[in-house]
Amino acid sequence: MRFNTQSVMRLALVVVAAASLAACATKPKTNPDAGQPPQGGIPDVPYRPPAGPGAVDTRPIPGSTQDFIINVGDFVYFDLDSYDVRSDAMPVLDAQAAWLRRYPNVSIRIEGNCDERGTREYNLALGSRRSNAVKDYLVSRGVSPSRIMTLSNGKERPINPGTDEEAYQQNRNGQTIITSGGM
Amino acid sequence: MTLRHLLFALCALVMGTAALPGVAAAQIEVDVNQGNIQPVPIAIPAFSGGRGGDIAQVISANLEQSGLFAPVNPAAFPERNLDIAIQPNFEAWKTIDTQVLVNGQVTTEGDGRLRVDFRLWDIGSGTQLLGLQFTSTPENWRRVAHKISDQIYQRLTGESGYFDTRVVFIAESGARGKRVKRLSIMDQDGANNSYLTDGSYIVMTPRFSANSQEITYMALRPTGSSIYLFNISTGRQETLGRFAGMVFAPRFSPSGDRVVFSVEKNGNSDLYLMDLRSRGQTRLTSDPGIDTSGSFSPNGGQIVFNSDRAGSPQLYVMNADGSGVRRISRGGGRYTTPVWSPKGDFIAFTKQSGGEFHIGVMKPDGSDERILTTSYLDEGPTWAPNGRVLMFFREGRGGEPRLWNVDITGRILRPAPYRGSGSDPAWSPLLD
Repeated sequence: MRFNTQSVMRLALVVVAAASLAACATKPKTNPDAGQPPQGGIPDVPYRPPAGPGAVDTRPIPGSTQDFIINVGDFVYFDLDSYDVRSDAMPVLDAQAAWLRRYPNVSIRIEGNCDERGTREYNLALGSRRSNAVKDYLVSRGVSPSRIMTLSNGKERPINPGTDEEAYQQNRNGQTIITSGGM
Repeated sequence: MTLRHLLFALCALVMGTAALPGVAAAQIEVDVNQGNIQPVPIAIPAFSGGRGGDIAQVISANLEQSGLFAPVNPAAFPERNLDIAIQPNFEAWKTIDTQVLVNGQVTTEGDGRLRVDFRLWDIGSGTQLLGLQFTSTPENWRRVAHKISDQIYQRLTGESGYFDTRVVFIAESGARGKRVKRLSIMDQDGANNSYLTDGSYIVMTPRFSANSQEITYMALRPTGSSIYLFNISTGRQETLGRFAGMVFAPRFSPSGDRVVFSVEKNGNSDLYLMDLRSRGQTRLTSDPGIDTSGSFSPNGGQIVFNSDRAGSPQLYVMNADGSGVRRISRGGGRYTTPVWSPKGDFIAFTKQSGGEFHIGVMKPDGSDERILTTSYLDEGPTWAPNGRVLMFFREGRGGEPRLWNVDITGRILRPAPYRGSGSDPAWSPLLD
């Protein structure tokens, strides 16, 4: 559930980003010396409706970092002060392992993160447990440990700056980041 | 570095003459260990001579910040332009609400050095408690003021002062979640603040060596973590070496020749000791729990640390070779970041209970636990060198971290004299 919602969110972000890029590229020039001089305001061009929904199909290139983030999912989440891989994380990690087996040149870094309800040093250790729990799971699903580097950010890199349980939950995570070999 | 050029001539009693009473037993006593509910009024008129007003202000601010003293408003002073060579008019000073008077003068020596003479008077008994003279380079006038503050504090409380000290900490800026963190150093009163790293990578948990010339801290980059040794005299720094996993939580031994730190392998964090001369490593713990935040006892014989080997993070003490591990924290809650007092009589810690964070102290055997503070997030205590005052950082819910002071009674709690956002403070020993 978490995985699906997140994928949709991320895809929406990509689409919005693409749309704003397109908007920038086609922004009309306002220099009055350029092109036709203004002729009483509205140019005499027949109306053409804009492209309808679905006219442009955007999707990540298979094997790319975007493919991994959007179609596989780069985050899994942990319970309070725990580094057990939760049942809702297993399908995500299974998909990560399958994707990594399909693209064997990809190397990854797994970052373990914690909420702010702990002290810095303890959370560095707890984050290490989380990143290694993710690593162990991927290795158990056939990913070579030589492709995996682990890192703990402790509580130093929260993805949600909020201070409620929802934010804490999002910040207790393991993130899989493609460091090389993505196409 | 200016520290190296410092040469204080500390000439106790050079000014004692037949015309002036010598040091007498103090009539006035300030008890640091009772948290002194009523601060002692103290009159500190501007010293005569150049910088005299500035020096009196620094002394005044130091003593006020301690919470034990209440500097009297100068408007009430019955005498002005006091001559250091003449005894104050005690009868006149008795008419205002003060018990202690500090006066002094600043002169320039023939070689250009600054000379500061000061006297401390007990007004009630009409006796001189201190008469001291300091010389230094003119740019070190603040340190002279801190040393005078230390002398006054020690004379009146019986405990060592802590004002001629510095603090290393993490200066923080930027939005929550994307904070820029820079290793920073300042005088304990917030003056002379400067950055030691540029904020392009995360830095954490700096700690001073016993000679105040070296700092050890942890840096976190996407490529991994490192522990650095930074010499503040030369500006040179080096790493402790390369490690496969995370390395963090470094702290010097009292003699400064070893560093205790945590190394993570396959997710398990254990404590290691490195000899800085040979670079040889000794593994101190080997259980599957988290072992971190090691801190030596002042004699170097023991280490207090944080472990969750029994399920939740608790405090343990072991011998410095890793033997004789025993748990000392016994109350409910999660205990982290233990720091042994430089006096040896207490261990300060961070505690989480009831959804809040606390700074507390306990005896090294775990007895006499005392909670000093409570808030949404209080973390990372560090001891002033006299072992009677702590600094820590407090972060309000959704806010930014700030440095705070609290005394060991918990009664004197106030923001540290640093205006910016900061965390992970570490107090230096008294400077030479």
